[in-house]
Amino acid sequence: MTFRRLAISLAIALLWPCAARTQPSAELRWGGDAEGGAPYVEADPSNPSHVVGFDVDVAQLLASGLGRSPRFIQVGFTSIDAEAARGDFDVGLSGIEDSAARRSRLAVTVPYYEFREILTVRGSDANRYRSLGDLRGRRVATLGATLAYDLLADAEARDGVIPVTYEDDVHPYSDLLLGRVDAVVLDAILAQRGVRRNAGLINQPTPLAIGHYVGILAPGATALRDQMNAVLRDAMRDGRLEAIFARWNVWNEDQPRLYARVLADTSQYPVAASSVTPSGAVANATVWQAAARYLPALLSAAVITIVLSCLSMGLAMVIGVLIASGRVYGGAPLRIALTGVVEIIRGTPLLLQLFVIYFGLAAFIQLPAFLAALLGLGINYAAYESEIYRGALEAVPIGQLDAARTLGFSERQTLLLVRGPQAFRLALAPMTNDFVALLKDSSLVSVITVVELTKETSIFAANIGSWIVPGMMCAAIYLAMSLPLARVARRIERTWRLE
Amino acid sequence: MTVLNVRSLEVRRGGRTIVADVSFAASPGEIVVLMGASGAGKSTILRALAGLDPIAAGTISIPRPVGMVFQFHHLFANMTAHQNVWLAPVHVLKRLRTDAEQRAQQLLVSLGVGARASAMPHELSGGEAQRVAIARALAIEPPVLLMDEPTASLDPARRGDLAATLRRLATEARTIVIATHDAEFARACAHRVLHIANGRIEAVT
Repeated sequence: MTFRRLAISLAIALLWPCAARTQPSAELRWGGDAEGGAPYVEADPSNPSHVVGFDVDVAQLLASGLGRSPRFIQVGFTSIDAEAARGDFDVGLSGIEDSAARRSRLAVTVPYYEFREILTVRGSDANRYRSLGDLRGRRVATLGATLAYDLLADAEARDGVIPVTYEDDVHPYSDLLLGRVDAVVLDAILAQRGVRRNAGLINQPTPLAIGHYVGILAPGATALRDQMNAVLRDAMRDGRLEAIFARWNVWNEDQPRLYARVLADTSQYPVAASSVTPSGAVANATVWQAAARYLPALLSAAVITIVLSCLSMGLAMVIGVLIASGRVYGGAPLRIALTGVVEIIRGTPLLLQLFVIYFGLAAFIQLPAFLAALLGLGINYAAYESEIYRGALEAVPIGQLDAARTLGFSERQTLLLVRGPQAFRLALAPMTNDFVALLKDSSLVSVITVVELTKETSIFAANIGSWIVPGMMCAAIYLAMSLPLARVARRIERTWRLE
Repeated sequence: MTVLNVRSLEVRRGGRTIVADVSFAASPGEIVVLMGASGAGKSTILRALAGLDPIAAGTISIPRPVGMVFQFHHLFANMTAHQNVWLAPVHVLKRLRTDAEQRAQQLLVSLGVGARASAMPHELSGGEAQRVAIARALAIEPPVLLMDEPTASLDPARRGDLAATLRRLATEARTIVIATHDAEFARACAHRVLHIANGRIEAVT
């Protein structure tokens, strides 16, 4: 009986969350990214556990219209779609852009805000760069997987601009000021904030495109979506939405025109998702067509990954050998200093180091993104390599060193002829391991705008709205790079084995 | 004429006296054996003579370079027998590589391991490794050759061969100091035996 009771309890525990999810809840769980910042969603400066922003107010509006209370769920901006599709929350609101791709795979509300895509340039370039056509061969920054990115992808094919994708909306503008990029394309709200925060930048008056912010729900949640559409239309009619946007200083003449169109047409999609039809038209292609279209981009991103990994490993080996030699042969002050350096590098996240090298040092030295990535990965892995080499040097039997000394070899000759080569063989297996790890860790450099294999895959996945095929293609390419490497390393180990 | 002169040698390790008041001398062509049980201090004396360990007191007068053959040979594991032998002449004595290689091959042949020149150390038997180690020590043309427990890895027949080899080397005006606990081997090759116990010379025969 005890077993049966246990089984029933277990079943209830496992099924309860599902049951809870399917019941109409008194809460409206809404997902957004507080890192996106004001005026969308941001932590309240006076109470950081609380969020504020126009999307917070829209969520409140929807919840009260549905007779529920809103509950905020923090979600990374790039995973909002995937989590909405999984049903992790009822609705996603975080300056989410309407698009044909989203409409095809999620339940999408009517738009509640219309925005313009704006070109931001340095004041000194105001007359030189008026449109994307003026930016041939120039680097133009934006956020990945956005309408602005689609615009830039088109402009890349048409005008030869070079899109540079960022993971946040702050650094595109600071890098524009530093000259790392020559323009930024983003929503007017972000562009106005970027210009406000960075003196010396201006927004070009002509919009590049028009887009809309919407709420996104799981594909099956069409009934809830329809209820939300009714709430939004009511709020358009009675001025509550206007009050929200006015309060956040983003109300403008575009909104009444949008609301008039939404109210005049009661169909599911009263307005076009945006004024842009990406030439890639990935949303309309099958997954396999999209895969075929993305394969060359994935392969060239894989080249970036492999070149970056090989160069970083080379740098890590050189610095690692120097650190290890210093720690084995150096005097006490040098040994203590090097131990400190190794512990600092090993004890802090690679991601933080990349940020510091690329963004933190930008005020003193503006490293190109690839070089910053190379330095970040190289220095980080040098700390690990140095420990491997130090261990390997110390593992060479003392008798070998005694023999070298009695034969009259200097310390340097002993290191180069006897100790070093033997240590290298001992270090080979862990080094191979590290190289495979580095190959995968190189994906972190996407945070400093280097588009390598994983980043290209996530752009692909965001555009087709699924990770299955892009994930498999990405995994296959990584394996195609790492497996031969492991084979070569095993062969070298076999040939060089001591006994 | 003496080539090796040790006066009142004292070696301490971790505050403990390992070797005390050891004095002896050796002439060219002489084979001196340090005899004693394990732990008596023989190897410590050899290491002090080779300059591998610091001495606490006394003086050692020995011409450099010193040839040393270790109990476990310590052939460089990352290179062939041949390279083990020519490496020091080329890098330390700055001999021409071709000359050094040729001389290394001659030494290996003269010690009966010429056919094993291209073998890696781990591919050699104990006796072969020891002869390669002797060749390596001789390649730097040392006036004094030190050997630590040379019979440890040899069968009785090989011990006889080694004694003959060492006597031959001694006739080339080379001084040889051997640490061993093998009394039979000591009798077979020594001109003089210093009996070591508790780090001191107890008797000379």
